Amino acid sequence: MNAHGTVHKYGDNVDTDVIIPARYLNTASHKELAAHCMEDIDKDFVKTVKPGDIMVANKNFGCGSSREHAPIAIKASGISCVIASTFARIFYRNAINIGLAILECDEAARDIQDGDEVEVDFDTGLIRNLTSGKTYQAQPFPPFIQNIIQKGGLLNSIAGK
Amino acid sequence: MTQKILAAHAGLDQVEAGQLIEARLDLVLGNDITSPVAINEFEKCGADSVFDKDRIALVLDHFTPNKDIKAAEQCRQVRGFAGKYDIKNFFDVGRMGIEHALLPEQGLVVPGDCIIGADSHTCTYGAVGAFSTGVGSTDMAAGMISGKAWFKVPSAIRVVLTGKLPQWVSGKDVILHLIGQIGVDGALYKSLEFTGDGVASLSMDDRLCIANMAIEAGAKNGIFPVDERTLAYGKNRFQREPAVFQADPDAAYDAEIVIELDKLRPTVAFPHLPENTRTIDQVGEVKIDQAVIGSCTNGRMEDLRTAAQILKGRRVADGVRCVIIPGTQQIYLDAVREGLAEIFILAGAVFSTPTCGPCLGGHMGVLGKGERAVSTTNRNFVGRMGHIESEVYLASPAVAAASAVTGYITDPAKLN
Repeated sequence: MNAHGTVHKYGDNVDTDVIIPARYLNTASHKELAAHCMEDIDKDFVKTVKPGDIMVANKNFGCGSSREHAPIAIKASGISCVIASTFARIFYRNAINIGLAILECDEAARDIQDGDEVEVDFDTGLIRNLTSGKTYQAQPFPPFIQNIIQKGGLLNSIAGK
Repeated sequence: MTQKILAAHAGLDQVEAGQLIEARLDLVLGNDITSPVAINEFEKCGADSVFDKDRIALVLDHFTPNKDIKAAEQCRQVRGFAGKYDIKNFFDVGRMGIEHALLPEQGLVVPGDCIIGADSHTCTYGAVGAFSTGVGSTDMAAGMISGKAWFKVPSAIRVVLTGKLPQWVSGKDVILHLIGQIGVDGALYKSLEFTGDGVASLSMDDRLCIANMAIEAGAKNGIFPVDERTLAYGKNRFQREPAVFQADPDAAYDAEIVIELDKLRPTVAFPHLPENTRTIDQVGEVKIDQAVIGSCTNGRMEDLRTAAQILKGRRVADGVRCVIIPGTQQIYLDAVREGLAEIFILAGAVFSTPTCGPCLGGHMGVLGKGERAVSTTNRNFVGRMGHIESEVYLASPAVAAASAVTGYITDPAKLN
């Protein structure tokens, strides 16, 4: 399983209130949530994001609320993978549970720039920056987590057994 | 202490940090925002029963009384689910309170419990010596089906509290001070264990407030030892037999932080992170448009009493909206009976039914462009309470009430 796309880069402590503002939590529709993803810190995100793109951020990505709407909005917007120095713990768990691929890699998160073209191999955890030519090694997911992500989430993976 | 509770719920003699375990759950919680997503997942995987209808709590507290049609539809979905599966602890408008004020009040969270809730502030119940942590809707759905959840056992930071709080300094100032010291990811993936001789002097409302904001330091949970005050609070309240766990004297900790309660000052977190703290003496002149007193952090009886003590015989400043929201129907009723409601209304404040409303910019006090609020809530992220160019300053009920009177962020000790 691989991801390949253009990078949307953010800083430290990207919180769930900016990923999907609470004023839009009166719906659980993935499409409606995606339409407002990141809008409070990056108005252009929803206009520029393409299917397969990759989000990169620094430390404590996804801090704040437990709203699963946050990883849902990111995934539904077309993002194939989030790379960060560290993730807030509830977001980390939620992302896996809904089938959004995430990787912790501090070096990659700090180096990679907005607009870079990046490729990720989930089997090996290898992150390749095609723009700069640099590579980074993240911890790959064990097979059972990869299975959850491939099946599109925890409950899909259970239902599919 | 957290590790002992998790071991007991995993059927193990002991666990260690980093270990992956599956634990039995005493309670699974959701609200009107997170439950609809969980119910969709529940139905998607073909489930047709819950593990225990008495151990699920569904609280319609965030966008209620329904703020708009979409919110009404979400509540309708949760109401339908609660009816279908005969969920005993379903709290609708009129019985509802803010979940983390309501569940402890109702005795639904008990020392030694293992609890998950699809709300990040589920960590509040550590105040009564339970392990409780926030999860997402998928984990909530899986928990409702199986009565179990997997956890990675956290390591712990020991927070030693010494002495007693001075006047006008509260649990809110303790937790803001701690977050200011260690940062919003200072306890990431870890447990914050509060201990020391200072714990005994803290009221249950203070402990609930402190544990509530453990998540704002990134913690998995915050937990207090069970003492005489906990058991007195739980008498005729706890709906199950408490199980008292104590940390071993030689327990391992990643770090130790000492907080001398006597030396704390009223503390304010500036926009846009809870870690941007300053003591009231360092705040300078910050003019406000709104003061909010309430939420799962500070909507309890002591918080309202403190606010009333300050607002009694005073008026909210011209140009300032003061919104006071009790945490539960019982607190609302007690506030009416004690005469607090009259004090608030005479002071020119709004006193409303329980709701999370303004804390997350839902309703009942949304901020416009460039507006500033001092608020007893728990987050001050960009756009949290409304417009992305609005600002939230987090503070205690005493500071919020004093600020409402002057129109500037104010030290309560300096009011005439």
